[in-house]
Amino acid sequence: MAALPPYASTGQRLWYWGFRAICVAVLFFLIMPILVIIPLSFNAEDFFTFTKGMLALDPAAYSLKHYQDFFSNPDWQQALRNSVTIAPVATLLAVALGTLAAVGLSQPHVPFRGAIMAILISPMIVPLIISAAGMYFFYSRIGLQGTYWGVVLAHAALGIPFVIITVTATLVGFDRSLVRAAANMGAGPVRTFFKVQMPLILPGVISGALFAFITSFDEVVVVLFVGSAAQKTLPWQMFIGLREQISPTILAVATILIAISVVLLTVLELLRRRSEKLRGMSPG
Amino acid sequence: MNAGHGNEAFVAFEHVQKSYDGETLVVKDLNLKIGQGEFLTMLGPSGSGKTTCLMMLAGFETATHGEIRLAGRPINNIPPHKRGIGMVFQNYALFPHMTVGENLAFPLEVRKMSKAEIEAKVKRALDMVQMGAFAGRRPAQLSGGQQQRIALARALVFDAELVLMDEPLGALDKQLREHMQFEIKHIHERLGVTVVYVTHDQGEALTMSDRIAVFNDGRIQQLAPPEDLYERPENGFVAQFIGENNTLEGTVETIGQGNCTVRLGDGSVIDALPVNVSRAGERTLLSIRPERAEFNLDRLPEGTHTVKAEVLEFIYMGDIFRIRLRIAGNENFVIKCRNAVGQRRLRPGEVIDVGWLPQDCRALEAA
Repeated sequence: MAALPPYASTGQRLWYWGFRAICVAVLFFLIMPILVIIPLSFNAEDFFTFTKGMLALDPAAYSLKHYQDFFSNPDWQQALRNSVTIAPVATLLAVALGTLAAVGLSQPHVPFRGAIMAILISPMIVPLIISAAGMYFFYSRIGLQGTYWGVVLAHAALGIPFVIITVTATLVGFDRSLVRAAANMGAGPVRTFFKVQMPLILPGVISGALFAFITSFDEVVVVLFVGSAAQKTLPWQMFIGLREQISPTILAVATILIAISVVLLTVLELLRRRSEKLRGMSPG
Repeated sequence: MNAGHGNEAFVAFEHVQKSYDGETLVVKDLNLKIGQGEFLTMLGPSGSGKTTCLMMLAGFETATHGEIRLAGRPINNIPPHKRGIGMVFQNYALFPHMTVGENLAFPLEVRKMSKAEIEAKVKRALDMVQMGAFAGRRPAQLSGGQQQRIALARALVFDAELVLMDEPLGALDKQLREHMQFEIKHIHERLGVTVVYVTHDQGEALTMSDRIAVFNDGRIQQLAPPEDLYERPENGFVAQFIGENNTLEGTVETIGQGNCTVRLGDGSVIDALPVNVSRAGERTLLSIRPERAEFNLDRLPEGTHTVKAEVLEFIYMGDIFRIRLRIAGNENFVIKCRNAVGQRRLRPGEVIDVGWLPQDCRALEAA
């Protein structure tokens, strides 16, 4: 950010420093509640507060026992297993369907494109509790309520909008003449899709997949409605933990999830840079 | 090379029409035969239907009416990827995620050729465009001219008998464009492939083509070798569009065999060649090339009619002089003369006599 020029008026000076103060406050309120969890998760006591020993940086006040609890407690292990089996499958479904939808909707001759797009995006806009209640009643009717596939389908529906949005954004910069060139050289539509179009929109597909994965992995409302105890996911277990046990194990889990999120977001950023590079490469 | 008049046309358009909206025809009743090994250019202003014709041949657009045949076979119902036609796109359409070598190998892999065969063909194609050292580069690492060469090599690498080019040199600077014109022409002569080339640049069309089809308003206005097109345009549009051209309005005074005299608006009389005027008294549009009008009267034969002209502007352009004159009320009559030793430099305001050989002034019917 540019330094304050010597001719700045009092108002400009006030705004210059006021703007910085606001930025710091925003970041503080966004990040502090998350950061504070990390040291607390190493608490040697079963409390949600900093002990005297922790503030004095006494090594004895810290421990990994909440992490041990997470990895040994069957409830948590079951929840972890469920999350790990539901999220990837829901992501795969969302990516396959969302990418196809985005590619299809990018064709110039599709009628009612805006309306179709709005319907596909709606799970992202409609309040989650309404989607969840709707899915509950609908899935109960067709026997999917309380099943693994019910939760997977529900999470896929929530993830599809993210995939559609990211892939559509990548397709905007996609040069249609490449598809024509591939056809001209004898490649059929399927080969053209996998050899030419897919590699170029891959960054969009992958970032969509990450969003879809996080959506499923963090989701608690829909799974409470559509799932049963057998589909209890990590967020669900944390919700129960907060309500019934208030065990600091939740903090340990939260720290692990934060670490996973940071890794995923880093991957996302790296992909975005790669995509920018690829776009700079497309001639014309 | 002029295979355009053979009995068996390699590419044939028969009564082809194209409409995008079902109302206005972009291409109106196109009939065109292209001979094997011919270099045919479709030339015309934007919106004239030339690119649409190329796209119908490539299969990216469907003809609303009529038939297109390739080597005697109707191709209307064959999808683009089964037509086996090479194409150079306007923006090159190189695959940015593949290296140059992979780009060239793509059509060969589709055809399930062996690795060794692919390698040999890619190398040969790259050598042909003098890009042999660039197989490992990505398109983004190449200059516009180099990308253009790669696009050309990719269109030729799978031995297509027909290669389409859609304004391939449009994005290059003038010098490179002129260089590539000759290079493409030489490659065409060497390989003997049939080329259909689309451009709006008439200089390019004149330089490269065996025949040129001039498009306007969805129709072919004239189909002829470059020399005929330039020297003997058949109508006002072609005369205007190809090369620089001066027009004068007048009335046919006398008409004879291969010669007529025309009275201009200011009453002066001038010689002309009747092209599509047939009787005295008819209105006519005279068409004269700037380099064929002469003010050095010693160079004109005895008895040639001349007209008075006032010099309005004299522009020094290095190798030539460009002089704007007022003749019979037309203030945009341009003549060009070589910057030769002893050439007279005219001054604005000067009044001179200008004349030309009757065959250089074509009397066309008034539009």
